[in-house]
Amino acid sequence: MHAVEKILARAAGREEVTTGEIVNCTVDLAGINDLYLQTLRSFAEMGGQKVYDPGKVVMFLDHFAPASTITQADNQKQFRTFCREQGIDLLMDIDQGVCHQVLTDKGLVRPGMLVVVTDSHTTTHGAFGAFGTGVGATDLAIILMTGQLWFRVPEVIRINLKGTLGPGVYAKDVILKVIGTLGADYGVYRAVELAGPLLEGLGVSERMTLCNMTTEMGAKTAYIQPDQVTFDFLQNKKVNLESPGVTTDPGYRYTAEHTFDVTGLKPQLAVPHSVDNVSDITAYLGRPIDQAYLGTCTGGRVEDLAVAARILKGKHVHPGTRFVVVPASKGVFLEAMAKGYIQTLVSAGATFVTPSCAACLGTHQGILAAGETCITASSRNFPGRMGDAGAEIFVASPASVAAAALEGKIADPAQYLGQKEAER
Amino acid sequence: MKGAISGTAFVYGANVDTDQIYPGGYLDLTDPELVARHAMERVDPDFVKEVKPGDMIVAGANFGCGSSREHAAVTLKAAGIAVVLADSFARIFYRNAINLGLPLLVCTGIARLVKRGDLLSVDLATGAVINRTSGATATAEPLSAYVMAILESGGVKPMIRKQRGLPVEG
Ligand code: SF4
Repeated sequence: MHAVEKILARAAGREEVTTGEIVNCTVDLAGINDLYLQTLRSFAEMGGQKVYDPGKVVMFLDHFAPASTITQADNQKQFRTFCREQGIDLLMDIDQGVCHQVLTDKGLVRPGMLVVVTDSHTTTHGAFGAFGTGVGATDLAIILMTGQLWFRVPEVIRINLKGTLGPGVYAKDVILKVIGTLGADYGVYRAVELAGPLLEGLGVSERMTLCNMTTEMGAKTAYIQPDQVTFDFLQNKKVNLESPGVTTDPGYRYTAEHTFDVTGLKPQLAVPHSVDNVSDITAYLGRPIDQAYLGTCTGGRVEDLAVAARILKGKHVHPGTRFVVVPASKGVFLEAMAKGYIQTLVSAGATFVTPSCAACLGTHQGILAAGETCITASSRNFPGRMGDAGAEIFVASPASVAAAALEGKIADPAQYLGQKEAER
Repeated sequence: MKGAISGTAFVYGANVDTDQIYPGGYLDLTDPELVARHAMERVDPDFVKEVKPGDMIVAGANFGCGSSREHAAVTLKAAGIAVVLADSFARIFYRNAINLGLPLLVCTGIARLVKRGDLLSVDLATGAVINRTSGATATAEPLSAYVMAILESGGVKPMIRKQRGLPVEG
C-alpha cells in the first residue's frame, strides 16, 4: 500500500484499502474557515446539536480578517458564538493568520494524520506526511456531527524532482513548471506524491509551497515522505512525534510517474488567465506591473519575506508600483520582525496588511481595478480572482514578485540573488 | 431517479473555475436566493437573466476547479439548474454538488454536441443524453451507488436527517 492509503486505512479502522474503494474515515483534525457560515447552517439543518469531538475542530477567522463589511462581521460573530457554545477552544481569531500556516506554526499537524479543512489548499499538509484534503461546508458539517466522512481511495501519481536550482529559482518555479506541463486537471481525484533528490535540499517552507500548489492541478491530496528535515522542523514546534507516520511499501505501483530535471530551469510565470498557462519569465521581461503581491498560504512565509528583504534592502519600490505584503500568520510576522525583514520592507516602500488571506481571493485589502496588472506569490490567476475580471494576474515566486516591485516591471530575480545558497 | 428530464442548455468551455461560477466578493452571502443572483457572473453575465428552472449546463473538462466554496454549487442549484454535464469535474465541487442534491454527469465530448439553447433530455439513471434540437446522442458515465443514494434522498442533509430518525422536511 502507499503511505496515503495506509493513512486512510488507519482512519477507517481497516487493515487494508484498495484504490477506488469508498471508505468511511474518522478525521483527526477538522478546520472551518470564515467563508463558510454554511457549515454551521448545514449542521443545524441536519439536526446537529453537539459537535462530535470539539477538541478536534479548529475555527479560523482568516479570509475576512478583520471584517470589512457588516455581513462579514456578523458571520464572524456567529462563529465565535458557536465555538463558545460548543466548547471549541481552537478558535483562531483575526489576529492569527491563514489557516494552513496557523496549523503549521502551532504544530497541530503530525505525519500520518487525516486533516480536512473547508479550504482547497489543505493539500499543503502533505509537506508533513499528513493526508490533507479540502471539502465544502456541508461535508465539514457531517464531520462535526459524526466525526467521520467518506473518501474514495485515490490513485497515486509520483513526481520525481532532480537536478540543481539556479540562482533566483525556487520551489514555486518548479511546481509551476510541473503544472504547466501536466495541466490543471491532471491530478483530479488523485494523490500526488513529490519525491526525488531535489527535495533533500528543500526546507519545509518550500515543501509546503510544492504541496500547496498541487491543488492547482486538481490533486485530492499531496504527499512528501517525512525525513530528518521534517522531523527537525516538527520537533522545533514541540510536536509529539511518538508515531512517526507511515511509509509506502516497496514495490507499490504508481498510476503514473513523471520526472523533472530542474537544472537550467528559468523562473516561471503562470500568465493570465489560468495556472497551467506557464511560461519562462524571459518571455515577459519588461511588462509593467501596477501591483506586486507577496503573501498567502502559498508565498507568505518567513523565507519568502527574507528573499524579498534581500532584494529590496537599501532600495525602494518603483514609484509606479504598489508592493502589498501580507505575512501568512502572526508567527511569520513576529519572526520576520525579529529578523529585521519587516523594517527593511517597510523602509523600501511596502504596504503591509495584517496576516490573513487579504486580496488573494479578491474580497478586500489590495484588490485590483480593471486594466491593472499584478504579479503575485499566491496560487491563482483566474479571471477576477483578485478583484476586477479585467485585471491581469501573473503568478510567480516571491523572488520574482520582489524583483518586479523593485523594477516596476517583470524582471528576472537572479541578478539580485548571486549567493542564494547562503540564505537557504 | 426514474425517467428522463428535459431542459435548455447553456454551454461553456474547459476549466470553468469557482471564481467564475461564483466570485469571491460575494462569499459572505448565505441566503440561496441572494447567492443565485451572481451565478456564472464572471463567465457569462447574461446567465442569470436567461436561466429558468430545469435548465442544464454543459461544459468541458475540470468544471468547478479552484476553491472549495460550496457557494458555487448553491448558486447553480438555487438558479434552477437541473443537471450539469461535463467532460470532468473538480473533486470538491463534485462532492459539494452531490451533497446538495445537484446531479453532475461525466459525459466525455458533450460540449461538442450541444449549442446554447438546444433542448436536451437526460436520464440520470441510465446516463442516456439526447439533444432534441440536433438529434445527437451521448452516454454519460453511470453514477456510483453511493452518489445515487444521496441524490435519491434529495441531498445529504435529508439523508442524514432520515438516518437519525428526524423529520425530513425542515
Ligand atoms: S491565502 Fe489564498 S489560497 Fe490560501 S487559504 Fe487564503 S484565500 Fe485560499
